[in-house]
Amino acid sequence: MLKIVRNFVLFFSAAILLAACQQGGGSGKKSKTLDNTKKAGFVKCGVSQGLPGFSNADASGNWTGIDVDVCRAVAAAVLGDSEKVKYFPLSAKERFTALTSGEIDVLSRNTTWTLSRDADIGLTFVGVNFYDGQGFMVRKNSGINSTSDFKSGISACTNIGTTTELNMRDFFNSKGIKYEPVAFEKADEVVAAYDAGRCDTYTTDKSGLAAQRTKMKNPDEHKVLPETISKEPLGPVVRQGDSVWEDIVRWSLNTMIEAEEYGITSSNAESMKTSENPAIKRLVGAEGELGAAFGLDNDWSLRIIQQVGNYGESYKKHIADTGILPKRGPNQLWTKGGILYVPPAR
Amino acid sequence: MSNNLKRVLPQIITLLLIVLIFGFFTINAQMNMSNRGIDFGYGFLGQESSFDVQFSLIEYDGSHSYARAYLVGLLNTILVSVLGIIFCTIIGIVVGIARLSPNYLIRTTAAWYVEFFRNVPLLLQIFFWYYAALRALPLPENTEPLFGVTYLTVKGYYMPGFIWENFNVLIYSILAAIISIVFIRLYAKKIQEEQGKQLPVFLISLGLLIILPVLTIITGIVQLEVELPVLKQLSKTSFIYEGGVSVPPELIALVLALSLYTATFVAECVRAGIQGISKGQKEAAASVGLTPNQILKLVVMPQALRIIIPPTTNQYLNLTKNSSLAAAIAYPDLVLVFAGTALMQTGRAIEIVSITMLTYLTLSLSISVLMNWYNKKIAIKEK
Repeated sequence: MLKIVRNFVLFFSAAILLAACQQGGGSGKKSKTLDNTKKAGFVKCGVSQGLPGFSNADASGNWTGIDVDVCRAVAAAVLGDSEKVKYFPLSAKERFTALTSGEIDVLSRNTTWTLSRDADIGLTFVGVNFYDGQGFMVRKNSGINSTSDFKSGISACTNIGTTTELNMRDFFNSKGIKYEPVAFEKADEVVAAYDAGRCDTYTTDKSGLAAQRTKMKNPDEHKVLPETISKEPLGPVVRQGDSVWEDIVRWSLNTMIEAEEYGITSSNAESMKTSENPAIKRLVGAEGELGAAFGLDNDWSLRIIQQVGNYGESYKKHIADTGILPKRGPNQLWTKGGILYVPPAR
Repeated sequence: MSNNLKRVLPQIITLLLIVLIFGFFTINAQMNMSNRGIDFGYGFLGQESSFDVQFSLIEYDGSHSYARAYLVGLLNTILVSVLGIIFCTIIGIVVGIARLSPNYLIRTTAAWYVEFFRNVPLLLQIFFWYYAALRALPLPENTEPLFGVTYLTVKGYYMPGFIWENFNVLIYSILAAIISIVFIRLYAKKIQEEQGKQLPVFLISLGLLIILPVLTIITGIVQLEVELPVLKQLSKTSFIYEGGVSVPPELIALVLALSLYTATFVAECVRAGIQGISKGQKEAAASVGLTPNQILKLVVMPQALRIIIPPTTNQYLNLTKNSSLAAAIAYPDLVLVFAGTALMQTGRAIEIVSITMLTYLTLSLSISVLMNWYNKKIAIKEK
């Protein structure tokens, strides 16, 4: 008899527990992500496993790069301190599952914005922080000077789970070239395989090629071919269904770009409060109530500019000065001949 | 409360709990997925996959469906598993017997091999073969031929390919040989039981297996052409071999690592099996006048196999499951192609992971069924 009673108690407590869990699932009307982030005290940010210039950790575990700066901007806006970020290095294969399952709240990992990713799998792209395109790297002594020198039988190393894999097929097919795709999960493995001669060419986004070249045994022995075979707009991603959080991440990135447009830098932001230009005053929090729309205070954008800097500063520090891509190319402001153009903050 | 109810009630409650837990997980997943705007369904399997795979046993390219890509991955997994099982069995039996050798050198070498390979993690061994051993191979243009016509390079192992004409006739001839061997064996058994005479069954079988297929070739019905790999220049410094059969280094590394690792366990099973037969059995067999060969074949092995088969089955299952480590070195197995690339391109994590799990389960269960059938066949038949 006692045993039966015990079983019943166990059963009911289990049922209650299940019901309690059930309520925990699903997101509410307000921004649950924002509430959770404030409660945790850090932004959960998904980054790459090491791509110089975009997201790369040094020997003591400090993350730097323009993708990292997006997360730092969000932390500065939401938590008041750009250092309050917890980084989750993810492979290309893991990244979306980590985001949709809630392991991370922002994915800032040189991720290409495509229709199917945006519409199909519960993700929302909030903007573009780097306009890129896919290219090929070959050995300098190979005598290959452009993609028209490729011949059937060529082996190409790349990452699995990337748009690269799809573009590569489109490209080789359209040229009628038979090729051997060798796809690894980690970028380091791809580089090692190409470096050892397993593949004749290494293909990924051009910025990635430039960055990975610095990791090779003899960077000078390799070159990136001039052709670009695809559009790769890279940008931060959030989960679908939390529009407040989505707006915060979108406008954190936009603030950095707009700050550059108005010449606001991390060092002069404070003094810009007395500027004559209302657009500048809004960006540094001296006019308007922009933060209230997200449930943030009015200094959120000022903190981003002060602690992280504007987009130009971030680019210069991580991509230009490190020798990865000294020229900004399309990633220049629209006012200076590039295509960086963000909606106005007002 | 009646005794009957006492017995049944806990079982009903347990069953209910299991159903509840499964129901909860399903509903929870469904709710969270619909909250996040993810829809569930297997319709994507029919869509064009639009990615290529390095190595495939069937015709495949990106214009085929995801279902076809799944099949490519599955066949590649089966290929590695079958090759691994064959090699680990051969190595395992040799090493297992070597461990019992009266020769000190052979015995000790075998023991060292077993202790070394089974105590180093498998993933590390795969990395060793792929990143250390095979990466150190020369580029195609610097490669000296191996066995005259094959080339082992950093880009893979290139072998001559065979182009058959009327290949099915050859297959029929082998089938015919096998069927006649079965009848000859039955006949030989009958002769032995009736007259006590022993026919040279082994020699006859071997002869049939060789003569029948060779006859089809000599008579010209089946024609065989050999295609040799030829060095081809792709650019000033990059070369490959074309023609013949090429085995990617990823496959070589994986089969090497899996079979060398699993062979240590098989070797131990074999040793245990042979040592499990008491000495008296062999002495008794010898005293009735059986030759050492007959003792091994008729007395020791039938009994030893009973001890060897069940644990060896486990090792085969392990090998099959371990083959999923292929993803670490870019061998396009089920995990890399389907639970990797296809998952990433479609984003259908739950659907794809569930299919993959079910596939491995089915593979393992099939091996189990096969081995259990064999085990039952050789078990003691109590009369």
